[in-house]
Amino acid sequence: MKWNRRKLIDRIMSFLTAACVVVAIIPLLSILYTVTINGISAINLDFLTQLPKPEGEVGGGLGNAIQGTFIVVGIACLIGLPVGILAGVYLSEYGENRFGRMVSFVADVLAGTPSIAAGIFGYTFIVLYFGFSAIAGGAALSVLMIPIVARTTEESLRLVSGSLREASLALGIPRWKTILHIVLSTAMSGIITGALLAIARVSGETAPLLLTAFGNPYWAAGINKPISTMPVQIYTYAIAPFPDWHAKAWGGALVLIILVLILNIGVRFITRKKY
Amino acid sequence: MQNKITVETLNAWFGTNHALKNINLSFQENRITAIIGPSGCGKSTFIRCLNRMHEVVRGAKVSGKVLVDGKDIYERDIDPVDIRRCIGMVFQKPNPFPTMSIYDNVAAGLKLNGMKDKKILDKTVEESLKKAALWDEVKNDLNKSGVSLSGGQQQRLCIARALAVEPEIILFDEPCSALDPISTSRIEDLMIELKEKYTIVIVTHNMQQAARVSDYTAFFLYGELIEFGETNQIFKKPKEKSTEDYIVGRFG
Amino acid sequence: MDRPKFRLSKLSGDLIFKTVVGLFAFGIIVLAFLLFRELFIASSLSRNAFGAGFLTTSTWDPVKEVFGALPFIFGTLVSSLLALLIAVPLSLGIAIFLSELAPEKLRTPLSFIIELLAAVPSVIIGLWGIFILAPFIRDYLAPPLSTYLGFLPLFQGPMYGPSMLTGGVILAIMVIPITSSVSKEVIMTVPIQQREAALALGATGWETTRIAVIPYARSGIFGAVILGFGRAVGETMAVTMVIGNSPHISASLFSPSYTMASVIANEFLETAASKLYISSLIEVGFLLLVVSVIINIAARILVWKLLKVERGAA
Ligand SMILES: Nc1ncnc2c1ncn2[C@@H]1O[C@H](COP(=O)(O)OP(=O)(O)O)[C@@H](O)[C@H]1O
Ligand SMILES: [Mg+2]
Repeated sequence: MKWNRRKLIDRIMSFLTAACVVVAIIPLLSILYTVTINGISAINLDFLTQLPKPEGEVGGGLGNAIQGTFIVVGIACLIGLPVGILAGVYLSEYGENRFGRMVSFVADVLAGTPSIAAGIFGYTFIVLYFGFSAIAGGAALSVLMIPIVARTTEESLRLVSGSLREASLALGIPRWKTILHIVLSTAMSGIITGALLAIARVSGETAPLLLTAFGNPYWAAGINKPISTMPVQIYTYAIAPFPDWHAKAWGGALVLIILVLILNIGVRFITRKKY
Repeated sequence: MQNKITVETLNAWFGTNHALKNINLSFQENRITAIIGPSGCGKSTFIRCLNRMHEVVRGAKVSGKVLVDGKDIYERDIDPVDIRRCIGMVFQKPNPFPTMSIYDNVAAGLKLNGMKDKKILDKTVEESLKKAALWDEVKNDLNKSGVSLSGGQQQRLCIARALAVEPEIILFDEPCSALDPISTSRIEDLMIELKEKYTIVIVTHNMQQAARVSDYTAFFLYGELIEFGETNQIFKKPKEKSTEDYIVGRFG
Repeated sequence: MDRPKFRLSKLSGDLIFKTVVGLFAFGIIVLAFLLFRELFIASSLSRNAFGAGFLTTSTWDPVKEVFGALPFIFGTLVSSLLALLIAVPLSLGIAIFLSELAPEKLRTPLSFIIELLAAVPSVIIGLWGIFILAPFIRDYLAPPLSTYLGFLPLFQGPMYGPSMLTGGVILAIMVIPITSSVSKEVIMTVPIQQREAALALGATGWETTRIAVIPYARSGIFGAVILGFGRAVGETMAVTMVIGNSPHISASLFSPSYTMASVIANEFLETAASKLYISSLIEVGFLLLVVSVIINIAARILVWKLLKVERGAA
């Protein structure tokens, strides 16, 4: 084959593969653009602080859904972060055995389970006994968080160099204190990154909350009561036939996407600087 | 002068790799003993057996006795943590704790073992840094990160950190191999000062260094102790052919 | 020396610590087990009532309490395959561009932007799907398809917006980030010697990719595709919002459909009255769980091994 022709093919392929990137970025840009444009006109102070109004009445907002999302995600963190982080510590520090490998394997598989399955689990495991509630929602979300947090914790801890562990052990510091005070604090930024990404991931989850937290037109009344959350509220508004509610769905989407993107982008900047 | 450490028929393995074979050796109190030998001959493995750091490696095994003041540190039911508090170690690459300040690095050993008294901590930190000849350089920056120091200062910080837990023996594993000549000579001077109070074992691949600082020298080859004696004798009149070959540079 | 030098080891903090973190690790296994057990038990009513016929019958009639999951299995399979059809070539192109052909400076920011797509909550993608994507497909994509390919049963009948086609496209958008980023990682594990050998022969960048890189990374890329399939199968909200939610099997991509995940999300809360109805929905969920576990195990075997080995060696 002539060199020129081969060079031309090389150019064409570079162009085609670059075009793939552009095609994939278009939906993202379109989503960001439409959410911003449609959302911004819906957002005002009332929108962020008021209760929703029934269809037909003007005004009202997502205040309780914002509150509810923080509560439910908070509960998910209370359950998911300690379990995930400590399990990750085991995997990294003591996990070089059959049991450890089995746990990582199960964690990987669990990380791939559909979120709706976690919702059903929350329903049969908690809702059936205690009713729709913030706690059921948090529990369902924690099922999604635990494997992510465990694996990212494990990976961050493995990055801590062996020489630091040895330095600490050689000072006569017991292994468990070495792990707790030296290894964990050295890996802290990685662990926080993993935790924040897991939080970002579950903050936008809708399906599990439909089946567990349900919804509530009022302010949160306790963690054992149904609770409104942003994703579920956006869903409710989006599929309703009222234009006014659609506007509210966009407003909610803007709030939620800002939250999630701040977590994602912020995290990457933190880690970029650290390493 | 008495024997601080006595090693009897010490053997060590990494999995099936027999890294140390039947080592018998004694170290005298308040003396510096150098361990020399080509790379891979088991020097590091040997000194890591002296403070039970060898067993930290997966699949590593030890047999034999290491008597410290007459008591076997490998005796059943002895907590290796206590051994390591009594026998400090300084590693090849300076490894201060990166998230800790200079002060906390030095205080780490005490703090993490439950010492809370601020006065004692302050005093120990100052004394240890002075002993490590670092105090004058860092006394105004105790809250700066330990990794902000230069390589030579970091290594002296690691020495101070080891001194702070009040060991009786200090093991140095090629402490200067990552340092420039000026830092190296400071650390050598420091070791000579330290031997007043401590028993020192230093692994080095640098024969001039062994000749400069040590009182006794042990030559290792392929996991075996080939020759041991006063440093003068080893360097001037080695008994073994292979020692001589190594010293005149006929090995790697 | 006044302190006792070598104490006998006490009940060790190490043992306690290891036991505690070990219990939490065990908690992950317990969690996975419970997840399975709960879904299995809660679907037993439906399994006893319909047996294996649940998988092969297409009647879904809450009034008569006759339930067969075939329309949902069909909808999930077809929409996911459609998504792969669109996403796999794009993902491969992205992976090759970002790992082999793109200028060094662009690689990290572009990868980051593509991965950002994975971070957008699916309910927001669904919202965008309802109001932007579905009308777009109805107005600009469907008419030419029916004009030029209308002789195929795939593109016949009216198109209102929510449809199998829209569902497939939205799933493709959600599959691209994972398939492309895993493919990219796999491609980057190809040893440098492999590339250099080809480059030394005077191959161009693309030729090197085609001759030396792709063949080497083939099984890992296949794993990435399977991971994407898993993502598509399990995805719920975005699809629910654009696929039309109608339990009918149709050859046309223009007609509305229903997936396993969306029938659960959509009908679960309407069913408080009937135990059998809920149990049938949970059985759909159980099937979904089993399928995604199988998919993930397969992908893990294909991808993780490769990445682990390479990382371990590095
Ligand atoms: N962590 C380890 N795992 C397995 N083998 C090791 C390890 N460290 C050292 N070895 C082996 O033990 C032998 C002695 O090594 P070492 O004591 O480090 O030598 P030196 O310090 O004299 O260079 C070598 O053959 C080396 O390959
Ligand atoms: Mg060595």
